[in-house]
Amino acid sequence: MSTILALVEHDAGVPRKVSLQVLAAARALADDVHAVAFGPGAADAAAALGAHGATTLHTFDDAAVTSYATGPHAVALAAALDASGAGVLLYPADPFLTDIVARTAVRRGAGVITDAVDLTVADDGLVATKAIFGGDMLSQCRVRDGHQAFVGIKANAFAAADDADGEPAAVSSLAVTLSDEDRRIEILDVVEQESGDRPEMTEASIIAAGGRGLGDAEGFQLIERLADTLGGAVGASRAATDAGWYPHQHQIGQTGKTVAPQLYIGSGISGAIQHRAGMQTSQLIAAINTDPDAPIFSIADFGVVGDLHKVVPALIDEIERRSE
Amino acid sequence: MRIICPVKRVPDTAADKHVDPQDHTVDRDRSDPVLNANDEWAIEEALQIAERTEGAEIIALCMGPDQAGTTVRKALSYGLDGAIQITDDAVAGSDAVATARVLAAALADEPFDLIIMGNQSSDARTMLVPAMLAEHLGVPALTYVKDLEIDGDVFTAKRETPAGHQVVRATGPLVVSVVEAINEPRYPTFKGIMAAKKKTVDVRDLVALGVDAAEVGLDGSRTAIVDIAPRPPKEAGRVVTDDGSGAVGAEALADWLVEQKIL
Repeated sequence: MSTILALVEHDAGVPRKVSLQVLAAARALADDVHAVAFGPGAADAAAALGAHGATTLHTFDDAAVTSYATGPHAVALAAALDASGAGVLLYPADPFLTDIVARTAVRRGAGVITDAVDLTVADDGLVATKAIFGGDMLSQCRVRDGHQAFVGIKANAFAAADDADGEPAAVSSLAVTLSDEDRRIEILDVVEQESGDRPEMTEASIIAAGGRGLGDAEGFQLIERLADTLGGAVGASRAATDAGWYPHQHQIGQTGKTVAPQLYIGSGISGAIQHRAGMQTSQLIAAINTDPDAPIFSIADFGVVGDLHKVVPALIDEIERRSE
Repeated sequence: MRIICPVKRVPDTAADKHVDPQDHTVDRDRSDPVLNANDEWAIEEALQIAERTEGAEIIALCMGPDQAGTTVRKALSYGLDGAIQITDDAVAGSDAVATARVLAAALADEPFDLIIMGNQSSDARTMLVPAMLAEHLGVPALTYVKDLEIDGDVFTAKRETPAGHQVVRATGPLVVSVVEAINEPRYPTFKGIMAAKKKTVDVRDLVALGVDAAEVGLDGSRTAIVDIAPRPPKEAGRVVTDDGSGAVGAEALADWLVEQKIL
């Protein structure tokens, strides 16, 4: 396969974990992988991205692309597609990048496949596997000939390279001119909640989730402790976010987020179909619930029938003891 | 203020899904179709805006087969003023790009100040359509909105991010996609349900929209489904019953985490 362009996100020049997974997915398909990164410090990612297989890093380090105003990013992404000559774009399937890719796809006449968990090359091009209908079904999709293919990669579906020893990527600055049209969204403020060192839920390898069984907002302190003990993120059922016990952006399920971590541990979550639609493709599922008939046990790899207020503190102690 | 609410008819999440083995489309009529849940928050927000804005009008916009009429009536039952329904055999199987193209064509000659819609549909969950629709119409899109303030034609929104929120501002007309944190949707009233039956639904086909059938639907979409199948069922896992102290359950679960190389 000819050149693949990988859209990467970075924090002050340090590529995010999912971006390295996207590079690994690209590298498995193509010999020549280019990367594109936006915002101040983008060029500082060249060494790490090169180590993970990118030969060239296209950058647009204008401050207009520091936070997600969409317009400037879409213009810069189109410029990177031209500069790299890539026929395939792989990107981390997160909401903001989805906006950017959506706009660019309309401009470029590209086809978009979101949330791919596997990629193969068939005679007629790239075939992506994704879960649909809340994980009830798997579909295999491709982009028709004659169109660029933009494919969003689901977090944790691919492993980042463990032999990251490539040469630094050559940095190439994109020539991008922004018009007033591209700057129609003004960002007035960016507010981040305190979450300690916890990873973001949609890209975490481990998620500790809590639901109605926690009883109140204070119950989430227990889930946060469990998450921190495992280096994971905190998720919540809709019952818990509706009750105001935890912020909505942590809601897993039909009307919230879809997650597929390596390990999901649900405490006090019965596992209604609407919740399962957001987490049932997790690689490993553990559940703690007082009700032996809770539907979550039908999809759990390991279940504990018991009181989470007793089991979770004991579990935290067990994990800490075994990690010493 | 003229507000457009795009709505989607989707299979119920709890329903068994039936797939046509020939063209890999889902038989939506056998899958208990419902109004997409996330669209209810968009409808509620539109109603709240209309309640505080004199002369406001809310129009539902729905692409789907004849049977999508029930979804349109459901949307109208909340108290919307009218609806546009795009029904044409040729749009069946459209992907996100094709769907956005058809929706945009339906709005080409429609004045609007605000298009407000759910951030995702529960069936495909691509989250692509709001931004694609905005791109086709050449307007900004404020997406994943959990709070919206309107002052004249200036829209200021809190946009949900993985770590918190952004405060963003743009001038209309524009597209807003909402998350469920934005409001608490009302239920349709009996009066609303009865009134919905009498409201005008403007049904249009692709010819009326001026869209070439070859550019949309199953064959005209840029993406194609090669295969679709139920996800292999999971083997039943192990279940341990705790003794009430927490210790038994915790130890068994920790053992399993070691076995799975998590610890």
